[in-house]
Amino acid sequence: MGQDKIMEVRMIENGTVIDHIPPAALFKIISIMGLDRDTEHRMTIGTNLESKRLGTKAIIKINDRHPSPWEIDRIALFAPEARVNTIRNFEVVEKRTVEVPRSIEGFVKCANPQCVTNHETVETAFDVVAENDGNIALKCRYCEKLTKNFGTKFNPY
Amino acid sequence: MTKRSLISITDLTKSEILRITELAADFEAATAAANLATQNESDGSMATRGLLQGKVIATLFFEPSTRTRLSFESAINRLGARVIGFSDASNTSVAKGETLHDTISVISNYCDMIVMRHSLEGAARYASEVASVPVVNAGDGANQHPSQTLLDLYSIQKTQGRLDGLKVMMVGDLKYGRTVHSLLEALSHFDTEFVFVSPPELRMPAEYRNLLDRKGLRYTESSELADNIADIDILYMTRIQKERFNDPMEYERVKNTYVLRASMLAGARGSMKILHPLPRVGEIATDVDDSPHAYYFKQVENGVYARMAIICYLLNVKK
Repeated sequence: MGQDKIMEVRMIENGTVIDHIPPAALFKIISIMGLDRDTEHRMTIGTNLESKRLGTKAIIKINDRHPSPWEIDRIALFAPEARVNTIRNFEVVEKRTVEVPRSIEGFVKCANPQCVTNHETVETAFDVVAENDGNIALKCRYCEKLTKNFGTKFNPY
Repeated sequence: MTKRSLISITDLTKSEILRITELAADFEAATAAANLATQNESDGSMATRGLLQGKVIATLFFEPSTRTRLSFESAINRLGARVIGFSDASNTSVAKGETLHDTISVISNYCDMIVMRHSLEGAARYASEVASVPVVNAGDGANQHPSQTLLDLYSIQKTQGRLDGLKVMMVGDLKYGRTVHSLLEALSHFDTEFVFVSPPELRMPAEYRNLLDRKGLRYTESSELADNIADIDILYMTRIQKERFNDPMEYERVKNTYVLRASMLAGARGSMKILHPLPRVGEIATDVDDSPHAYYFKQVENGVYARMAIICYLLNVKK
């Protein structure tokens, strides 16, 4: 397994490996980065792989593509333990943990059907708050209600 | 001058809350002085009337609320400003499908301040981003109604002489009641002890209990109204709404459990006051109305002074 992993990483000459993604978040991250419509960059996506930390994990390896800060903020919402590794000349030159942003604009839909953002053309805005159980919730800056399990309210575009 | 709106009670710091209650007290005193002057047939003109002379304030009630609108309009008139607006959106461009964005953008040009009520939560916050003038939230769905909270605080301060060190009992629908949530947030600036009385299915949400825990404020929960009234300073009653219950029989049972009667007040502190955001629907028996503890109608009068204070504070009008 370990040997395979190194070899697979080395398959990328220049690009990014996003590791330690919970499998349930994989397709959200694919959407965030628009990989489902990407016909240009060579990529390998693996899921339900063994992981000591998460039990199972998913991984994305992509050539010649580096996620933007905007994308990393959103990846962190769904995969707060993800590692973003930058590869140059087959070598890992940077290993980064992601950081859950303090606020998020647009992209997530407010769960409250009575919220103004679900009736007017207005970009959503949330403050990221920690729940008692450690989960992340988003507090709408308009209706002030919490959107929990916001992954299920995911609205990428 | 920067534009300052009031959308949520959490927009205000402790010192701003205290300043607004102070201004409300000044306005009440000025009104009393003017009434006295009228009785004495001297110059009866109210000192406050000149404060907003020449200003126009729009009251936009996309959702009807006669009581709140009249209270705001009374406050505006007492300050000498003129009122424009509507009490029902059905005769406006909104009925033609105009967006809130456009309605607010247009009306901003006609006035110096917007007071608005809307059924959508967050509508006032959004309007404050769109408007070129200050916006006062007069209720956005089940979310916020900060002028109600400020008038509650003013009523508490006026009757108890302070906001610190009080024991406040909240009764009724503590789960959905926005007035109790906002009042709790405001009182959390002060050294307040809370007693929550509600049916278990309508208890105070964890979010608000956590806030009190974080601030180190004490609270107890009970499902019995008759308990612990003896050492309470403020008894804040709310209406239990029928639509919150799936089972109509359960509603009938609960409704009759949380009725305050004059006989229950025998052991109460002399200074204890009963507040209610009104309208009441039987949760305070009419025999309580004559009790010296009943304060809910006077509370309504305080609403006018609190709203005068809010408007002047936001428009930066120095008294």
